[in-house]
Amino acid sequence: MSAVSRRRFIATSAGASAGLVLAFHVPLVGRLARAAEPAQPKAALPPLNAFLEVGADDTVTVRLAHSEMGQGIWTTLAMFVAEELDCNWSQMRIEHAPAAPVYAHPAFGIQMTGGSSTTWSEFDRYRQVGAMARDMLVRAAAAEWQVSPADCHTENGAVVSGTKRTTYGALAGKAAKLSPPAEVTLKPAKEWKIIGKPTKRLDSPEKVTGRAQFGLDVRFPGLMTAVVARAPVFGAQVKSFDPAKAKAVPGVKAVVQVPSGVAVVAENFWAAKTGRDALEVQWELGPGAKVDTDRQREEFRDLSRTPGAVAAEAGEVAAEAGPATLEAEFDFPYLAHAPMEPLNCTARVSDGACEVWLGTQFQTLDQQVAAEVAGLKPEQVKVHTTFLGGAFGRRATGSAHVVREAVATAKASGMPVKVVWTREDDMHGGYYRPQWLHRVAIHTGTDGLPRRWDHTIVGQSIIKGTLFEGGLIKNGIDATSVEGVADSPYVKRAPVHRVALHSPELPVTTLWWRSVGHSHNAFVMESLVDELAHAAKQDPLDYRRRLLAQHPRHLGVLNLVAEKAGWGKPLSKGRARGLAVHESFGSWVAQVAEVSLEGDQLRVHRVVCAVDCGICVNPEGVRAQMESGIVYGLSAALFGRITLKEGRVQQSNFHDYRVVRINEAPAIEVHIVPSSEKSGGAGEPGTPPIAPAVGNALFVLTNRRMRSLPFNLSAAS
Amino acid sequence: MKLTVNGTTHDVAAPDDMPLLWVLRDVLGLTGTKFGCGMAQCGACTVLVGDQATRSCMLPASAASGQSITTIEGLAANGKLHPVQQAWIDADVVQCGYCQSGQVMSAVALLKSTPKPTDADIDSAMAGNICRCGTYPRIRKAIHAAAAMGEKK
Repeated sequence: MSAVSRRRFIATSAGASAGLVLAFHVPLVGRLARAAEPAQPKAALPPLNAFLEVGADDTVTVRLAHSEMGQGIWTTLAMFVAEELDCNWSQMRIEHAPAAPVYAHPAFGIQMTGGSSTTWSEFDRYRQVGAMARDMLVRAAAAEWQVSPADCHTENGAVVSGTKRTTYGALAGKAAKLSPPAEVTLKPAKEWKIIGKPTKRLDSPEKVTGRAQFGLDVRFPGLMTAVVARAPVFGAQVKSFDPAKAKAVPGVKAVVQVPSGVAVVAENFWAAKTGRDALEVQWELGPGAKVDTDRQREEFRDLSRTPGAVAAEAGEVAAEAGPATLEAEFDFPYLAHAPMEPLNCTARVSDGACEVWLGTQFQTLDQQVAAEVAGLKPEQVKVHTTFLGGAFGRRATGSAHVVREAVATAKASGMPVKVVWTREDDMHGGYYRPQWLHRVAIHTGTDGLPRRWDHTIVGQSIIKGTLFEGGLIKNGIDATSVEGVADSPYVKRAPVHRVALHSPELPVTTLWWRSVGHSHNAFVMESLVDELAHAAKQDPLDYRRRLLAQHPRHLGVLNLVAEKAGWGKPLSKGRARGLAVHESFGSWVAQVAEVSLEGDQLRVHRVVCAVDCGICVNPEGVRAQMESGIVYGLSAALFGRITLKEGRVQQSNFHDYRVVRINEAPAIEVHIVPSSEKSGGAGEPGTPPIAPAVGNALFVLTNRRMRSLPFNLSAAS
Repeated sequence: MKLTVNGTTHDVAAPDDMPLLWVLRDVLGLTGTKFGCGMAQCGACTVLVGDQATRSCMLPASAASGQSITTIEGLAANGKLHPVQQAWIDADVVQCGYCQSGQVMSAVALLKSTPKPTDADIDSAMAGNICRCGTYPRIRKAIHAAAAMGEKK
């Protein structure tokens, strides 16, 4: 509990209409969080029973405080336990923990998964859990054999002393009666047998046989399915509705109004969807009907020419500097996360109890919101975390709106319901990566390196108005809006620099999207630096090496990627290479993309990636996350765009919100820099460099700079 | 209507226009087949009808009546995983795993028609299956491995 009590975690209900107000201290995400963390007093050991169970059948069950959404922590956290416990990999069983304060994120104070933080934040706790259990099993065996624990050792899931050997399962009962140790000594790195070794995923068997349970797969007797008619534009309210046509659909059981719209509750999905599509709802549209993303971009452009809140500053930026070496404007659209599993949540409400089932990144908030809607205390709400069919940030909403709607539907209909979002509902549902515009003017010195960097960013704050405001907005600056620019080594080495921010408030709901601010900021920075290199007639790799001379971990990944990609070596005709390097979430990643262009057909043939993520706990998992981040970022670079006209989202499904398919996916090679530094993230840092790496390669082919995403290739050729 | 799924024939009471996907999931309780898009764009719902990879989200169940339907649950035989499933595990393909039932079924269909597929064959057969986790390079590797396993037999 110590991790929780150290944090300020205050929940106060501000009445049903205002919603639940939570205030707690959330340090800055990722790398920023760790820089901000003070040296902490030695924490008490975790309560073992909450995290681990050794069965009489020799199974070792690990309860995960975080959610498995593809990133592989189902395996990584088990590796931590197995390392210290000395058990066999085949003994490991994993399950998601329920929602409870004991499972709060060691750094962020609530039960959550995000910010590429699970591995580094749990590096000690789950190893301690393994070491504690080992200590108790050894003591149980020593007592039975009447030897000193010091004369026992452990191997392959058994305690051994001389010729005596007993498996953990046979000792579990006796060990459970012992008091847990007050302290444990963790293995030094040189004794690690599991950490650092490529380890296969533990969730593969159930995921290749269809047995894995995702939120959408929850079933129990009496469970209904609901599909909801939601606002056609952001902020619209139900004026009136006629349920008759929906109720006429066979299988429809109820039509109920909920805060987010009108829910059609039916025996199965097909009936619920048919009913929802037949439902007639009149909406009070409100100001959301005016949203037009083209016009919004013009407004952002005007804003970018006015002074904003200052995020970083040095020297006399206001002083007359003469003509800039490079002036550029970049723009980025809203992006949907589009995880493969559409949003859904199952809720059952009864007297004095509420249960919800869903794939979520934010158990604590789900529990709070479910309790508020059901009129219960949070501890009366059971949250069952299923596997997440992708998330990328989308299942981490401070509003817990998916849960709010499901519990409200269950309560209003008096039936347990699974609220299922169609793909179109999901695509229209907001919580997008914000639309962004950057305006930059750079002056270089006689050495060709930036001496003045003036940078203005315009886009919605994903944090303002949420419960994370206290932790992530300082002096009007949302740290997630400027990450990767305000703290960029390129900007900081310019003696005169300023990074300014405008955060307009707009009706469209926004959210963190894999790699958050880095998703657009890295594109701007790495495109600019590449352009400056060409302006200075220097090789883009050498130019970066000069700029990053004081940054060994940047240099480490640059040098490795250059070597592995054959940077500077001849390529077959029609192909070009582009380079990018970026640090995010405590990891450094450099990528070289090899592309060709025929007409407006861009092909990314090969991506070579080098990553320095500190101690690499599972190299196979890190490789997979780099591959994943690259393909995800490539989808956004090539196709990703959510646009609105008259408040209506113009995309609806995968035919008009294209994502990379196998025939468009590059071959990917991942190389890992050996390191004994603290672990960094893996889930997100692979995403930021890919778009600029491809854009920089396109420049070599076309002599045109890409300043918008997705790439406009007809303009490039 | 009568539906034969994984070798068992079921008498199903469902509207004629109800897609096979929802009959499998909501009526028969076979939730291994996934809902991703509802318009045959993503392939998460892929099953075999006969030997053909088929998007079950747009196929009225009645159209599959009388044919042999195989879902992900019916792939392993006598407690032994299908070579494609084994290859998927060996190559550490899965991440979130949500699309993988569909990916595996499409790969099984590909190997039935083309036991030794080229990269171009894989592109063409698998382009209908989206994976947002980006497991494509490993899917490619696993299909080649499964093909090699099939050859050895």
